Amino acid sequence: MAEAEASLRQPRAWRRHVDPATLSAFGCIVALLLVGSVYSSSFLSPEYLLQQLKVASFLGVIATGMMIVILLGQIDLSVPWVVAVGGMMATAATGWGPLGVALAIPIGIACGVALGLVNGVGVAVLRLPSMVVTLAVNAVAQGLMVVHTGGFSPQDASSPAMRFIATGHSVLGVPNALLVWAVVGAAAVFLLTRTTFGRTVYAIGNRERAAYLSGARTRSVVMAAFALSGGLAAFGGVLLAGYASKAAQAMGDPYLLPAIAAVVLGGTSILGGRGHYLGTVAGVILITLLQSILSVMQIEEFGRHVIYGVVIIAMLLLYGRGRRSSD
Amino acid sequence: MSSDWPYRLREHRGTLLALLAFVVMFAIYATNHPVGLNANVATTAANKGVLLAIVAMAQTLVVLTSGIDLSVGMVMVLANCLASAIVVGSPRATALGVLAVLGVGLLCGAINGAIVIYGRLQPIVTTIATGAVYYGAALALRRVPGGDVDASLAEALTGQLPGGSIPASLALLLALVLVVWLPFRHSAIGRAAYAVGSSELAAYMSGVPIRRAKFVAYLLSGLLASVAGLFLTCITYSGEASAANGNTYTLYSIAAVVLGGVSLFGGSGSAIGAIFGALMFRTIGDLLFVFNLDPLWQPLFQGVVLAAAVCLGAARLLHVRNRLDLYG
Repeated sequence: MAEAEASLRQPRAWRRHVDPATLSAFGCIVALLLVGSVYSSSFLSPEYLLQQLKVASFLGVIATGMMIVILLGQIDLSVPWVVAVGGMMATAATGWGPLGVALAIPIGIACGVALGLVNGVGVAVLRLPSMVVTLAVNAVAQGLMVVHTGGFSPQDASSPAMRFIATGHSVLGVPNALLVWAVVGAAAVFLLTRTTFGRTVYAIGNRERAAYLSGARTRSVVMAAFALSGGLAAFGGVLLAGYASKAAQAMGDPYLLPAIAAVVLGGTSILGGRGHYLGTVAGVILITLLQSILSVMQIEEFGRHVIYGVVIIAMLLLYGRGRRSSD
Repeated sequence: MSSDWPYRLREHRGTLLALLAFVVMFAIYATNHPVGLNANVATTAANKGVLLAIVAMAQTLVVLTSGIDLSVGMVMVLANCLASAIVVGSPRATALGVLAVLGVGLLCGAINGAIVIYGRLQPIVTTIATGAVYYGAALALRRVPGGDVDASLAEALTGQLPGGSIPASLALLLALVLVVWLPFRHSAIGRAAYAVGSSELAAYMSGVPIRRAKFVAYLLSGLLASVAGLFLTCITYSGEASAANGNTYTLYSIAAVVLGGVSLFGGSGSAIGAIFGALMFRTIGDLLFVFNLDPLWQPLFQGVVLAAAVCLGAARLLHVRNRLDLYG
């Protein structure tokens, strides 16, 4: 009996370590690279791959925050304008003088954390659906930025430090942006797997009621998670402003769908409670490669939108179906 | 028989509050308007309000089943681009064009519904992704803004009713309520949609046709969104594949639904409430112009109004007796 049970449990234990969604996402990455290499041999060159990883790091930083919120079973739709707030406030701070130049990055991130906290209060204290709270905060952030910039792209340039972390290269030609993503990712893995905060995030995502009854500090954890998401989105905006050397209106708009898609394609359940950071890494790289290959193949913009949406739906239908969809 | 009026009042409280708020705001708007409320001012205001009201109706149908449709704006944009290409020419061609546009709307709704119901994906992710596909299709039809629409149809829908100064768009809205919303609300499928939104498990246990109810809700949502696209074409006389436009209307439709007293958890509220929510939201935006404020402040003002309306949803915290009820 005991042996039968053990053999029954065996595949489950194996599955827990190697997530099938993560595996298939990495499989798709390899397949995409092979398809690309048939088209042009430069797809497998280290320069192209490093360049793609550098572009992926912006999305990676933003998707990290999104993943923590999705693990809670919530969603953060305020990403587009929080990204813009991060970029715009950091460049605005650069225009204030030497002190502003030094503090540009922290100021950008702090603005994002503040907006994230507003999201968190709405969700955790007022108990409103995260989808509408974050949509409302997105609208308010947009309004604030339109008033702040007068509706034009701000003239301030990004600070040297911002440009250094977004476009510079360190030892062995590794892009700094990639190192930034690695640090953010390592911190996220530590936070999610080795701290009380991380355990509580998974517990809330599985069943908030049970987490609350077990004495977990659900309210502060939800608020902290939204603040983290806001801060990381704004940090993504700071990096993007450094990359383009200035901020722009609607600079965050192209990052909402990819961030959600990367997290969900990486096997994190949209209902919360299940998912690994490695999956999100795979999802981010997959989305970036897909976008890159579609544009290299010179498919027109409308085709890119269609293929992009269809691929996301198809991959989710293959392995992203919610187990709890009927309750 | 007459003893059930407190219950009926409570059932329609959201709709009535939205109506009251709209009437108050519109009165402020009309009395302070520099030109006064003549037929042209009323028609322009009505056209803008009705456009959003139709999109809000589309959103309501899905929200009632405790889903969400983040692709309504994109279906509208797609219908707009399609209408600017085919709703033109002889009366026969125009009529066929209108039918084709509505058919495409139904198709978009059917795709959303099929993926959510039979593919068992979450409505948020599904409709974001299908929205990208619909936007791509719109872009394929209209790479640059342009096109045209049958002038007599546009005039009939966006002008004034013959023999009076009543905006024709209000008649269109009334027709949609009579032809789409009321039959749905009073049919078995409509009741099933409310039941699903209220508690899917209980609805399932009671033998309610869950899948059919949800599917019809998504289908009609797509249809109404395409009517909105057609109407937009009649207002602008052109088609434009604008992602910003689509996203704005999706966002505003959710705002209108919330302002109209429809519960985002599903199962309560009505499309009529959402219509008044939409008209109220439009009036709020126009109030700024009436009081001569810098249009730069309009997005912030609308955002703050939206946030305040969303916060009204927290009023239920005051009625909660057991804190555990807060955790689903």
